[in-house]
Amino acid sequence: MTAVLEREKPAQTRPTGRAPQGGKKRFSGWLMTGFTGLALFVFLLPLGYMAVTSLKSEQMITNLGSPILPKSPATFEYEGELLDIYTVPMPDGSERELALYQPRRELSQFIDPADPAAGIVEWEGNWRQLAPAYGLDPQWDNYSRAWDLMDFPLLLRNTLVIAGLGTIGAVGSSILVAYGLARFRIPFGRTIMVVLIATIILPKFTMLVPTYAIFVRIGWVGTWLPLIVPHFFANAFNVFLLRQYFLTIPKELDEAATIDGAGPFRTLWSVILPQMKPAIVAVSLFHFYFAWNDFFEPMIYLSTRPDLQPISVGLRTFNTLFDAQPQLIQSGAMLALIIPVVVFLLAQRVFLQGIDLSGVQK
Amino acid sequence: MTTETGKGAIEYPIAPTSPRAMRSGLARARGRAGLWFVMPWIVGFFLWYAIPMVASLWFSFTDFDLVSNDPTEFIWLDNWRRLFTDPAVRQSAWVTIKFGALALPIAVLFPMALAYLLVTKSLKARETFRALFFMPSIIPFVAAVLIFGGIMNGQIGWVNKMLSVVGIDGPSWFTDEFWVYPGLVFIGLWGVGNAMIIFIASMNSVPSSLYDAAKIDGASEWQMFRHVTFPVITPIIFYNLVIALIGIFNYFLVPFVLNNGSGDPNGSTLFYALYFFRQGFQFFDMGYAATLAWALFIVAVAITGLLFWSAKYWVHYEFEG
Repeated sequence: MTAVLEREKPAQTRPTGRAPQGGKKRFSGWLMTGFTGLALFVFLLPLGYMAVTSLKSEQMITNLGSPILPKSPATFEYEGELLDIYTVPMPDGSERELALYQPRRELSQFIDPADPAAGIVEWEGNWRQLAPAYGLDPQWDNYSRAWDLMDFPLLLRNTLVIAGLGTIGAVGSSILVAYGLARFRIPFGRTIMVVLIATIILPKFTMLVPTYAIFVRIGWVGTWLPLIVPHFFANAFNVFLLRQYFLTIPKELDEAATIDGAGPFRTLWSVILPQMKPAIVAVSLFHFYFAWNDFFEPMIYLSTRPDLQPISVGLRTFNTLFDAQPQLIQSGAMLALIIPVVVFLLAQRVFLQGIDLSGVQK
Repeated sequence: MTTETGKGAIEYPIAPTSPRAMRSGLARARGRAGLWFVMPWIVGFFLWYAIPMVASLWFSFTDFDLVSNDPTEFIWLDNWRRLFTDPAVRQSAWVTIKFGALALPIAVLFPMALAYLLVTKSLKARETFRALFFMPSIIPFVAAVLIFGGIMNGQIGWVNKMLSVVGIDGPSWFTDEFWVYPGLVFIGLWGVGNAMIIFIASMNSVPSSLYDAAKIDGASEWQMFRHVTFPVITPIIFYNLVIALIGIFNYFLVPFVLNNGSGDPNGSTLFYALYFFRQGFQFFDMGYAATLAWALFIVAVAITGLLFWSAKYWVHYEFEG
């Protein structure tokens, strides 16, 4: 992981980017940062909606007057009775949250939940005009319900197996192909490169019908094989990214190894691969995210086997079943995204540099 | 990088080899050895691309299906004739075009604007902003659709609650024939991370001396963007346009998850890919599905071809450093 950071340092310290306008640099800096922060807040607001909704009860969602946060009308237990808490304006202009003990139209009696020993607090006015006080009441239980209802451990296992095996195939085969294209004068090398890139442009549905028919014929539908085996044949994005990276590794290293008597495969394995760690991590992460996200093919190939489906398909099924309970749906969405998000936040440098690399020359 | 210029986007130098090595027979032997390394892709290309492509075309002339026991028959152009008279094809193509017309410009302009914002030097914590703006792109699409389905819900969603604060009666986004398209575009905004990152890389490759020179000449912010930044990033605009276009052709997941693939409201989310799925994998009319797929392929090649052709008029490759 450190190799790429060192390799790319010069690029990062290069004086690039637009300089701020005008002389008031510090002021414009804070203004820019504030504006960008606000934009980010709006951009990520749906995540806030998900988190908040996932902790609500059904009443909190359906009751249109309830607050944004998962809050319930607050109560206080006094002498064995549950009392509702209201926000009470006091004569001195302050507000206190008091538990309603004796509701009366003109003179109600309250108990201060913070100090019940102080006894009755009297308040003049109609208690019906008081606003109920809300207290935070997050329903953590939604998560365990979503976990059980969608059988999260099973979905996780399926996703990890599909992603893991696919990653091995995708990374291994793409390294070989990228090495071949970057380091050898292959017959028709240029044609191969063009066709490789052209496969990105093909609509994936064009190949789907015959592929599906073949997988039905050989009995692969209803297994993980159609989701794993095709990745052992390299794909354009990975090859392109790895090839770019190969080109940054000095050829002298290969030549030295060749002079020492190493064959091409040995050169790749013991001289080049150790230098490629960041790119390999990046490509592995790309495949991990691809597999975590992949929906269409798992759906058609595993439609008869819910016990083998990965998380994206499972989450969608969960949505069709519990559509009417937004709090469960949002808990499920949270469960589905938390692992990718945490992995991303931990590995974001390598990940984003990988994308940088794939963008070179386009 | 040593990209040759002028011949369109796909110009890649093949492995640089020293002239001395090129001439020797040893080099040719090495080239053949290299072919073995490329073999997985070559085999894969035939297995997963070339053969299925041809088979798909052949299927389009048959009544092949996976459910009935009748033998598959060659029905010549019946599927293709049906394609041109099927009102659902016309409708789904129109839906896809409408959405594309709205989504394509945004798919390029939004990440470009974000990138432009994030390369401003005076901005603090740029790396953190970059990572956080990217972050939604790694959120599983299904989860993202469910989240947006909630926040943009007509009754209980936050978007309409916020609109009502400023006195606007928000539409019922995903059940309205008109507002469903902007709604889908909003969901798509969460997927612009990749585009944004390579825009940032490209904008950072502009030598700051160019900006300094422009500033001395008294250029405005817009003039600097138009005449310094823009020409350099045209290859990235082109690339992102191509990727977004392919995304439109394959646009399936969001309408499928959002409305259970029903195409609601009133067929306005019956995208072409969704109709293909219906024919092929719900009705199992695979001969017709193959026809739909091949028609899409022809259109996709024609439109991307047009885009590549147009590139020579507006994409500048000479700046690539």
